[in-house]
Amino acid sequence: MTQQTTPGCAPEAAICARGITRDFEAGQTTIRVLHGIDTDIRPGELTYVVGESGSGKTTLISIMCGILYPTEGEVRVFGTDIYKLTDTELVNFRLKNIGFIFQQYNLIPSIDAAANAAVPLIAQGVPIKEARERAKVLLDKLNIGNQADKLPRQLSGGQQQRVAIARALVHEPRLVVCDEPTAALDASSGRRVMDLLREVAVSPDRACIIVTHDNRIFDLADRIIVLEDGRITHDGTEMPDDH
Amino acid sequence: MLTGDAQKFYGLLFGIGFSTLLITQQMTIFVNLVERGASGVYNAPEAEVWVMDPVSRTTDVSYAMPGTALDKVRAIPGVEWAVPHLRAVANVRTKDGDLEGVTVIGVDDATLIGLPKRMAVGDKSVFFAPDTVVIDDVGVDRLFSNGASPLGERLELNDQRAIIRGIADAIPSFTSQVTLYTRYSSALNFVPGTRNRLSFVLVGVAKGETPEAVAARIEQETGLKAETRAELAQAGVNFIIENTGIPINFGITVFLGFVVGVAIVGLTFSLFLRDNIKQFGALKAIGVTNSKIMQMVGVQAGLVGLVGYGIGVVGTIAFIRGFGSNPFFKGFYIPWQIPLISLAAVVIILALTGFIAIRSVLRTEPAAVFR
Repeated sequence: MTQQTTPGCAPEAAICARGITRDFEAGQTTIRVLHGIDTDIRPGELTYVVGESGSGKTTLISIMCGILYPTEGEVRVFGTDIYKLTDTELVNFRLKNIGFIFQQYNLIPSIDAAANAAVPLIAQGVPIKEARERAKVLLDKLNIGNQADKLPRQLSGGQQQRVAIARALVHEPRLVVCDEPTAALDASSGRRVMDLLREVAVSPDRACIIVTHDNRIFDLADRIIVLEDGRITHDGTEMPDDH
Repeated sequence: MLTGDAQKFYGLLFGIGFSTLLITQQMTIFVNLVERGASGVYNAPEAEVWVMDPVSRTTDVSYAMPGTALDKVRAIPGVEWAVPHLRAVANVRTKDGDLEGVTVIGVDDATLIGLPKRMAVGDKSVFFAPDTVVIDDVGVDRLFSNGASPLGERLELNDQRAIIRGIADAIPSFTSQVTLYTRYSSALNFVPGTRNRLSFVLVGVAKGETPEAVAARIEQETGLKAETRAELAQAGVNFIIENTGIPINFGITVFLGFVVGVAIVGLTFSLFLRDNIKQFGALKAIGVTNSKIMQMVGVQAGLVGLVGYGIGVVGTIAFIRGFGSNPFFKGFYIPWQIPLISLAAVVIILALTGFIAIRSVLRTEPAAVFR
């Protein structure tokens, strides 16, 4: 692994993305989805990546968290140039350093809430009993400790979301990536989830990126990056007036 | 994941269970059925060597020898004893006026060698009463299906009077034809005469001799054909395999069982993996490696396979036991090799379908989870 400061990257940046482009092949045509994105994500902040469907926000976040190779450009996560890692090193890097919260939660239906929350620890090789105990502590903190033994289908949408949050944080990652965490929730539930995320996911040594187009929660962001047609058109603490 | 989706879980169980049942049950019936080709040998347990005309092939496909063959065989060194054995077909007119083809087996008058080991009803002393025949238990079912006792019943056997005085506990023949046992001298009366009547000479070998050596000596010195018990039993099995369509028919059914298993399991497996592709994508994004995912799927497939296989084997045992009272299935057993073959088939089905289905998971990019 290479850990060094990249020219142009702030040393304290959680993510430093430089010149990110991404092309997709559609038959004979090549479509450029991202056009040379340069941005830094800082720890201790709740950063939103917003934009219309097709603006490239999901592609950008996928590249920034190491699950999609860029066509061009460089991404450093806490100083590591992640796309210079081998496939196995990259998988291990994600496992140790990144927590994911997905729009559809994607919990495993046949195992209970505690086991779902413990998945990253189990994948790291932590003994199952210990992993479950650590997951239960977090579920308690998220006020669903009493649901730890229930299967996902026995939980409400909000409870499943909390289990997904626990799974994202149980291994104490330095970067948390959320994809539309409030899309399936009503306004008040959505705000509660965001408050919860701010409370448990944001810390001075951890960065939290949220991809969303839910304008009901824009006011909760520390920083908002707006993407349009694969380019950053706004980067500030509030949404621009024309959105 | 798989156990969390009851529909697919039970679908896979059904597929594996049904395949196992079909493969195990059909192979069991096949093996037991072809072994019936050797029932004539198994029903005469004392005989260590069977001597016959050189053209004879099995206990049921034999060409009669002159009675002097018995004396020739008795004169061979290493022969402890030799007794005549007659097997012939005859017709019976039943009390109800029905016609039934039967096999008449004439056993040695003095020693009764050539009879099945056990009598189901009565004892072997009844053979010394006049006109005695002893019927096998399949024959009871065929001729007395109304449940009436056959003991004391008179039969018109090739225009001769025969009285049933006992029931032999015999392994049914391949065709499940009614078999009547009688003494050799009585059998000569029941069966229409030709110049040569002796079907086989049954031989016991002297101490210190092997059946193979004695058989070889008999062949060399008499010009007759002599086979050990195992050789003639195998010849009976081979005759059925070579001269009937049974292996092809059962083979087709077993193959169809395998194909049905592949189809049901493959389809269900693919649907299961496709339905859970987001979960697999999420796991891959989190940092679970492809090999761990393959282990996960393998363990689940193994669990389903084991339970389904168990259901199939237990189903076969239940089938064999359930039909055990039916004379057609009398003595049926499951050779230990058959469950192993079924297990191998299940492993192949799961490996084949799992391999095809899991490719989509392995090819899935973790980024797909965000789409």
